[in-house]
Amino acid sequence: MKKLINDPYKVVDEMLAGFVKAHPNYVRMVHPRGLVRKAPPKKGKVGLMIGGGSGHKPAFIGYIGEGVADGVAVGNVFASPPPEPALEVTKAIDTGAGVLYSYGNYQGDILNFNMAAELAAMEGIRVETVLVTDDIASAPKDQMEKRRGIAGDFFVFKIAGAMAETMASLDEVKRVAEKANFNTRTMGVALSGCTVPAAGKPIFTLGENEMEIGLGIHGEPGVRRGKLETADEVATDITERIIADLPFQSGDEVAVLVNGLGATPYMELYIVYRKVAEILADHGISIYRSYVGEYVTSLEMAGCSVTLMRLDDELKRLLDAPADTPFFVQK
Amino acid sequence: MEKITRDALKKALLDITDEIEANQDYLSELDAAMGDGDHGVSMTLGWRAVAEKIKSLEDPTIADLLKTTGMALVSSVGAAMGPLYGTGFIRAAAAAGDAESLNLSQLTKVFEAFRDGVMQRGNAQVGDKTMVDTIVPAVDALKGAEESGSDLISALRAFVVAAEEGMKSTIPLQSKVGRSSRLGERTIGHQDAGATSCYLIFKTFARSVAGGSL
Repeated sequence: MKKLINDPYKVVDEMLAGFVKAHPNYVRMVHPRGLVRKAPPKKGKVGLMIGGGSGHKPAFIGYIGEGVADGVAVGNVFASPPPEPALEVTKAIDTGAGVLYSYGNYQGDILNFNMAAELAAMEGIRVETVLVTDDIASAPKDQMEKRRGIAGDFFVFKIAGAMAETMASLDEVKRVAEKANFNTRTMGVALSGCTVPAAGKPIFTLGENEMEIGLGIHGEPGVRRGKLETADEVATDITERIIADLPFQSGDEVAVLVNGLGATPYMELYIVYRKVAEILADHGISIYRSYVGEYVTSLEMAGCSVTLMRLDDELKRLLDAPADTPFFVQK
Repeated sequence: MEKITRDALKKALLDITDEIEANQDYLSELDAAMGDGDHGVSMTLGWRAVAEKIKSLEDPTIADLLKTTGMALVSSVGAAMGPLYGTGFIRAAAAAGDAESLNLSQLTKVFEAFRDGVMQRGNAQVGDKTMVDTIVPAVDALKGAEESGSDLISALRAFVVAAEEGMKSTIPLQSKVGRSSRLGERTIGHQDAGATSCYLIFKTFARSVAGGSL
């Protein structure tokens, strides 16, 4: 293992210490594993709490700020946080309007966040939850509720956060988050694995000429392993699968996210984007907004994912809304 | 030996911490084959927290020890294992009530409560390729030994044998719940990490409380 760290068991705490020092205008700490926006919440605004394990920077703490999340509960690397930090964040961001929890569909996160929601209810805070289930490779379409959340997290959080800023009710924020999730589909490929610092060894290794197809964002193995293909072949394979899954149709307008998993240069991401845009044009699908870069990573894994979100007027308006967070600024 | 004292339980919990730490890499490797490779790390961090909290208790009862273990696991580990093991130990504490020590009948009730807590929290059944595959046959063995009038040591021996068989029964299974379930048939042939950590906990508990006689 070759990493620029100190104690592998302290990577999360040391990262958070650095993050809070680096972005004092955006965030403050309400628990050693819980961050919220620096500015106190507007009275009557629904709070949006996101979160999960560490190792996905800029997700999740990089999205704390205006137009996206109000708070984040932070877990160890690739492990859900316990209920306590989630509860403390919930209390800090509730103004009486309730709190929406949104996070990827993983059993650990569900168990811990549900316990936090039960504890919050005992304190009179209403909590609703929207799980992100965008990864088409993780379960067939008739079992969508089993799919895991990966890069599509970003679109769902962006939409929910924008809606909350309009002072909409908790039910309304939940409704648009569910709509965003339903219309969002992702698939990814990896060219190399990654190493959890305290484990010290790669979760999986790939040969020079291999790639892992349909993997998650925790270094967990993909649904199959294949021969390394060119950027165009990979982009074509995953984009066609995504289009067929919803299905996206001619005349649809979409947001596109080409997301790097941590160790893939922007050069390669743009090469992939180029092909994705071509394929969408061939299908008569128009691109309303594009995002290319690292939005939800998996430590130093090499590879990328492609996400499409089908838009209607409401989702377009919410996607266009401004955001100001440490890692995502949109005017 | 007819009953498990408070001191024996305390020592067993500390022994479990050492055993988990010694097997951290093994547990992470099992998890990496099907999941995200965090299991060894999560378990080590959780049981380190258990040891720290338990050492700071003054004159704890059986229930105090079990509840402190459960609370430490829930509040420090996160991951799926925190709430699952945590709920199990908290329910076990409730079942222990104000018992000063545990005889075979009381021990069986404590483990039954542990089993029910884990199964309710995780919504898993036998055959789903989880820790439940270790827990259910082990607790059944304990119950069977109790009903047949066995002594505590023989019951613990049967408990460990059944736990090991349960753990190994996960190898040919296809995962049905949790993160690994997304891998479908690729999980066949791998021993489940949660079933393995549970076996290590049960085995270490039994050997520790039995002294050298197991």
